[in-house]
Amino acid sequence: MRKSGITGICLLMLLCSVAVFPLTASAELTIEITQGVDNPTRIGIAPITRDGKSLPEDVSKIVSADLQRSGLFRPIPRRDMLSFPATTKEVYYRDWRILGAEYLVVGKTTHRGGIYEITFSLLEVHSAKVVFTKVVKGSNTQLRDLAHYISDEVYLAVTGIPGAFSTRVAYVTAAPFNGKMRFRLMVSDVDGARERLMLESKEPIMSPAWSPDAKQLAYVSFETGRPAIFRQDLATAKREQLTNFRGLNGAPSWSPDGRQLALVLSKDGNPEIYTFDLQSRRFTRRTKHFAIDTEPNWTPDGKSLIFTSDRGGSPQIYKLGIASGSVERLTFRGSYNARPRLAKDGRTLVMVHRDQGRFHIASQDLVTGDVRVLTQTYLDESPTVAPNGAMLLYATKKGSKGVLAAVSLDAGVKFFLPARFGDVREPAWSPK
Amino acid sequence: MKTQLVKYGVIATLFSMLLAGCSSTDTSDTSSSGGVKTMPSSSVATGKVDSSSVSGSSLDSDSGVARVFYFEFDKAILNSEARAALSLHAQSLKANPVNIRLEGHADERGTREYNMALGERRANSARDFLIQEGVNSSLIEVISYGEESPASMGSNEESWALNRRVELK
Repeated sequence: MRKSGITGICLLMLLCSVAVFPLTASAELTIEITQGVDNPTRIGIAPITRDGKSLPEDVSKIVSADLQRSGLFRPIPRRDMLSFPATTKEVYYRDWRILGAEYLVVGKTTHRGGIYEITFSLLEVHSAKVVFTKVVKGSNTQLRDLAHYISDEVYLAVTGIPGAFSTRVAYVTAAPFNGKMRFRLMVSDVDGARERLMLESKEPIMSPAWSPDAKQLAYVSFETGRPAIFRQDLATAKREQLTNFRGLNGAPSWSPDGRQLALVLSKDGNPEIYTFDLQSRRFTRRTKHFAIDTEPNWTPDGKSLIFTSDRGGSPQIYKLGIASGSVERLTFRGSYNARPRLAKDGRTLVMVHRDQGRFHIASQDLVTGDVRVLTQTYLDESPTVAPNGAMLLYATKKGSKGVLAAVSLDAGVKFFLPARFGDVREPAWSPK
Repeated sequence: MKTQLVKYGVIATLFSMLLAGCSSTDTSDTSSSGGVKTMPSSSVATGKVDSSSVSGSSLDSDSGVARVFYFEFDKAILNSEARAALSLHAQSLKANPVNIRLEGHADERGTREYNMALGERRANSARDFLIQEGVNSSLIEVISYGEESPASMGSNEESWALNRRVELK
């Protein structure tokens, strides 16, 4: 009886205030590139087919879009191509030199027992040389993954930087429904495809954060009437409430080894940073200051936390050594620097920075101290760096609508990911 | 009112605990609704300690005294109007103790979690003032919504001024 009562309450909770979902497909975001580099690399991506027959997903079109979105490539439109080679032997380099292509990608597919196998090659057009030939396999539902894999390999070979096309992004949407706001936690591929609903609630959802293995999300949900931190498994939708303290329960951030969360609690009177050990379930208070301490994020070595504090009179970024407890101020330019994130190199800090009354995303080199404002959009927040450190996503306003945008860390490439409906906010780029 | 609130609190806590142990969250489970009837639906609707279940009955809403107090950007200092109104609320609360909820909010500028902290700091200012005026602290619950629940949807000075607020409920 007691057991069925518990099940009943759980089900009612889901029906009444939140609904939780495993990873399954739905609508898509579309992408608008607003700025690329001055001389993007010209590349031809010949159609990848199965003996001339088209695939359920247009793999070469996905590769083409990936590379174009990086801002570093200008793919040759298919309609301009003079030939459609599928293997290196079928390539007439002259056809591609005429088009000004520096590189060419060709590939062919086989399909056996529900498994697609794509053999693909990257060729250098001017020297008429094969850079590499590789094979990638996947199931019927993984054609997009195969395409992103090809993009990653091409990007690495040409730029020397690992691609981040196979990654995902979590974000929150808010849209009115029957006169009340409806909040959703979503996950999509980083190109906006395969958007999936993770959680739906009538109360706010905030601060999604990926586990280092990219299999779980931690986030803040107000579904109990107060903010509380949850974690949710992406594949199964199984979830767990981690905190239920009086006051703030916010800003979760996973440690690089996945064993702890840094988070913010105000149960002792004002916002302080704690770490929570997921195994022992123990909370350890890490800051002791009457000011606001919030938005913790781990350094890649797991030894320090960077965070926002207004202990100096305005919000600035500080670094806390976990073992020593010593605190060091990192930002000095401007009167508002907040919500720090570090690139994987541990050296490039990105943050929300107020510049002449406007909120932009800025980066700071922690070695040289150089600060650079990366965005010119309006009310920018929530920067999140790609695992390869080449780009960051952030939330901004376009008209009165919240949208996601991307900018390269050198500020050379910019694009928007507009939502079709409602406000999109708080992107979190998956670590892998 | 007080016992009701306590009950709601207990239910909310119970829910949180149960939710933590509620592993099967796939929505396909909703068809097996055998256990649903064991909980009266009214207790679920009120179990959420949200604003609608408390407002109206917590203080005499006919008094005409302001229940929303406004703040400067990145500040949590009560202005003289807010202090005057809170003084009147304090007198009423001392004469007729009821549970109240102070909801702190921020405008959309700046970062979301910092604004959560700022909303709480604003609500705490109002709480501290009421306590100073002699109100029993156990009557007051503070919650911050940060910038997540704006009163006005615009991205301009007028909307921002309306959104930097504490609501007494």
